[in-house]
Amino acid sequence: MNFTLKVWRQNDGDSKGHIEEYPAENIPIEASFLEMLDIVNEKIIGDGGSPIHFDHDCREGICGMCSLTINGVPHGRENGTTTCQLHMRHFDDGDTIWIEPFRAGAFPVIRDLVVDRSAFDRIIAAGGYVSVRTGAAPDANAIPITKEDADHAFDSATCIGCGACVAACKNSSAMLFVSAKASHLNHLPQGAPEKDRRALNMVQAMDEAGFGNCSNHYECEAVCPKSISADNVAKLNRDYAAAAVRKALA
Amino acid sequence: MNALTRAVLSFWDSSIGKKILVAGTGIALLLFLPGHLIGNLLLFAGKDAINEYALWLHNAGHGGLVWVARIGLLTVLVVHVLLTVQLTVRNRAVAQKYSYPATNRASRSSRMMIWSGLTILAFIIYHISHFTVRIGNDYNGTAYLTSLPGHEGDVHNVHKMIIDGFSHTGNTVFYMVAITILCSHLSHGFASVFQTLGLRSRKSDLLIARAGWAYALLIWVGFLSIPVAVLFFGYGRT
Ligand code: SF4
Ligand code: FES
Repeated sequence: MNFTLKVWRQNDGDSKGHIEEYPAENIPIEASFLEMLDIVNEKIIGDGGSPIHFDHDCREGICGMCSLTINGVPHGRENGTTTCQLHMRHFDDGDTIWIEPFRAGAFPVIRDLVVDRSAFDRIIAAGGYVSVRTGAAPDANAIPITKEDADHAFDSATCIGCGACVAACKNSSAMLFVSAKASHLNHLPQGAPEKDRRALNMVQAMDEAGFGNCSNHYECEAVCPKSISADNVAKLNRDYAAAAVRKALA
Repeated sequence: MNALTRAVLSFWDSSIGKKILVAGTGIALLLFLPGHLIGNLLLFAGKDAINEYALWLHNAGHGGLVWVARIGLLTVLVVHVLLTVQLTVRNRAVAQKYSYPATNRASRSSRMMIWSGLTILAFIIYHISHFTVRIGNDYNGTAYLTSLPGHEGDVHNVHKMIIDGFSHTGNTVFYMVAITILCSHLSHGFASVFQTLGLRSRKSDLLIARAGWAYALLIWVGFLSIPVAVLFFGYGRT
């Protein structure tokens, strides 16, 4: 297969980027999107150029490291798929493909398609955890949890922290990520004691990190490779309101 | 600063806090519109009905009720507009444009909220100066006084004011466009209230979206029925 790539190139965070055109030739139909980029990079390196920088790690859709906004859609048009799991067979031979970084003020470009997503780490550090005593592992079934609660928590926990939700959002809001992380813990008995603190602190960290405000477009839900539901956002709104009231009255 | 003030301030400063206040003031405005509409529709119940209603409104609570309502609504409106402008300014500052932009799910109404909102604001200012303060017309003059049983020639003729107001093609077209934009705003606003207050889920999503559409449609048909009847069908103009 042959494609024309329009790729965002940018030397570092301070320089101005631009779109550059590359041919992607003789790409095997079974190649993944990142393998296609590998092939293009080998050619660029062979010609003495600087390869296109992009993030990746597991290449099996579980780590959240790959990114790329493909034809305007973070992780590309395939539903529930990360860029590393996207395959070239979903494109037509001869397609022109635009590849840009995950764009958001809170995700500064480091180089080309690599962006700094450490703002997410700061949000997690603010409350995306449960405080437990270290020592012997607790008995797995010591705290009974209903199947429904466990399922909901697991659905939220599948968020891989990739940042596609932010990249797709017209407001660069991180609400889908933050709400997935918060409701994963808020609705389990292990996370419940810290629920209020978690909601208040994670939202504060989110605002401080420079993300925008959710205006209920649901673009995040549409692009999320893990199909995280915007129900989580509603839950976080509710948890936050309740926490704020309890704090004001405390 | 005590703990309560601090908590209130950090709520006001936070993204979710602001959105909850936008939703809360939005509910007040969503409730106000059908009330306003029912009053207007009294136009179709004859000349005296709407004039009686207007008189009652102005005299209720010794003339105090209308002021409570006005000040309440104005406060709600100011908070709603101020916060949405703040939120939008922040969003514009932090979001970045793609060279190849795409939209996956966001409806046109949802993407136009700030512009539909500001157009509605301009309309509200015009509407209040037209029908409440009555600038640029002679609606405060003696030609617009009428009588009702027990009131000799000192009742404001709201009926005539509306008919005359909608006899102007320019005004009426602006009114109809503004109402249509308002309904686009409502269709997203209605459903958003539920999401922002945490009352929406995937199960209720379709129901809430449909209720929003139905509400917006009802408001649209209701408010447009009057200008259409007056301008296009000559209702009350003879
Ligand atoms: S919510 Fe979805 S899109 Fe957002 S960070 Fe998590 S997995 Fe990625
Ligand atoms: S590289 Fe790990 S999810 Fe794509």
